[in-house]
Parts: sequence; structure tokens; C-alpha cells
Amino acid sequence: MSMRTPLKTIRHLGSAKDGTSHFWQQRLTAVANVPLVIGFVILVIMLSGATHAEFVAAAGSPLGAIFLIAAVLSVTWHMRLGMQVVIEDYIHSEGMKIVLVLGNTFFTAAIALVSVFSILKLSFGG
Amino acid sequence: MSETTPTPHPRIGADRPLSPHLQVYRPLFTMMMSIVHRITGVGLYFGMFLLAWWLFAAASGPDYFTWVQGFFGSWFGQVILFGFTWALLHHMLGGLRHFVWDMGHGFGEVERETMAKATLAGSVILTVLVWIIGYMVR
Ligand code: HEM
Repeated sequence: MSMRTPLKTIRHLGSAKDGTSHFWQQRLTAVANVPLVIGFVILVIMLSGATHAEFVAAAGSPLGAIFLIAAVLSVTWHMRLGMQVVIEDYIHSEGMKIVLVLGNTFFTAAIALVSVFSILKLSFGG
Repeated sequence: MSETTPTPHPRIGADRPLSPHLQVYRPLFTMMMSIVHRITGVGLYFGMFLLAWWLFAAASGPDYFTWVQGFFGSWFGQVILFGFTWALLHHMLGGLRHFVWDMGHGFGEVERETMAKATLAGSVILTVLVWIIGYMVR
């Protein structure tokens, strides 16, 4: 006799309650990261010794800003998912795990917020 | 229903034995590369602070930005950025390797070794190339 409920089978969510969505989002952002990171490296090469005015002109231009925001969002989402797996792998105490997973979200959110705000200010605020 | 008392539920966080871990395996090249993928991922994670700082400095105005540019331009800043570049490119190539596996290819004994070597060689060559170009256009 199976102890499994039909609901479990229908939902396909498994013990982590979100099925394969973590794995899938890690891959999705990884795929997006490839062109975004290549473009980012090129942008950094172009801006490595730039003056403030040159930097604002490039990073604050519509194309530059949209590209940078896309890169920041994809990378921060990807790195949050990635770090969560690392934490879950090595931290076995339940309390510490929760604290670190929370801290992970706060850190990545802070990086995303500071970066996106700064880019928008370069674009709109001069 | 029987009368036997159920075995107590194991305490959460108890020191249960874990499966054999790193210390019992002979180090292999592919295994080191897997670990390096994780280490570069974690390194990049904290390195993203530098990008946020750079953008924040630009948004704060010319004075602060010039100071931060000076820091990144110093030998110490350049060493950090060189390391960041390598970690980024190595992790990117390692990610491409994961895509090949996700598609169900590249699990053979020879392919695994070849892909691992290509990742390492590729990341070093690309990093040096990026920096040569970077210094040329400056
Ligand atoms: C350049 C494009 C990138 C690609 C193609 C890529 C690809 C991947 C893939 C496929 C994984 C999953 C590995 C696994 O399942 O074991 C992964 C993990 C991870 N990535 Fe990336 N990534 C990229 C950029 C980045 C960046 C920029 C960061 C951080 C700022 C980052 C941080 C991480 C972290 C922390 C992990 C978890 C490491 C682990 O579980 O071992 N990645 N990456």
C-alpha cells in the first residue's frame, strides 16, 4: 500500500516544496549571465581609466543603463540562488542556516538596490 | 495499532553521521575543478560589492568617483580586479561546462578531463587577453 497522497503526485513539488524551480532559475540566470557578463567585461575595459564625465556618459546612456541594470538583476538573482545552495550544503545547524539564508537575501538585495539606484541616478539625475 | 512506543523522532540538528566527504577521496583534477567552480562563485558573490561601490561612487559625484578610480588603478586594486576577471571568466566557462552536462553530454572519462582542462586553460588565456586589451585601449 502506498502512503503517498495523490495530491503530492499531482503537484510535482517534492520535499523542498518548490519542485525544480530553484534549479531552473539558476540555469535561466546562468544562460542570461553569459552575454551580460561578456558585455560587462567589454564595458569595464572601455571605462577602466575613465573620468567621471566619461563614465556618466557611457553608463548613463539609455543603452548602457538598460544593459547594466539587466546584468545586475540577472547576476544578483543568480548569486542569491547559488549562495543559498552553498549554505544549505555546509551549515547543518537549523538556526544558523536560517540566519545565513536570510542574510544572503539581504546582502544580494542591498547589492541590487545600490547598483540599480546608482545607474538610474546616472541616467536621470546627471 | 500496536502498543509499542514509537522510536523518538531524531532531534533536529543532532550529530548524525554524514556521508563520506572530501577527506576520503583521492583528489582528482575534475573534482578540483568542481570545487573551483564553487569557490569562484562565492568569490564573485562578495566581489559584486566592488561593482556596487563603483556605481555608487559614480552616482555620488566626480570627487568621490575619482578617489575610487584611483583605488582601482593602484597596484592593489589592479590585483583584485585581475583576480575578479579570472574568477568571472573561469566561472563562466565552468558554467558552459554545466550546460553541456545538463544537455546529457560530456560524461565520458575522456570528455570530462578535456572539458576541465579547456576550462582552466581558456580562463587563463582569456583573462590575460582581456587585460592586454584593457591596457592597450587605455
Ligand atoms: C558568467 C556567467 C555565469 C554562468 C554561465 C554561471 C553558471 C553557473 C552554474 C551553471 C551554476 C550551478 C552549478 C551547479 O549546479 O553546481 C552556478 C553556480 C553559482 N554561481 Fe554562477 N554563473 C555565472 C556568473 C556568476 C556570477 C557573476 C556570480 C556571482 C556574482 C555567480 C555566482 C554563483 C554562485 C555563488 C554559485 C553557487 C556555487 C555552487 O553551488 O557550487 N555566477 N553558476
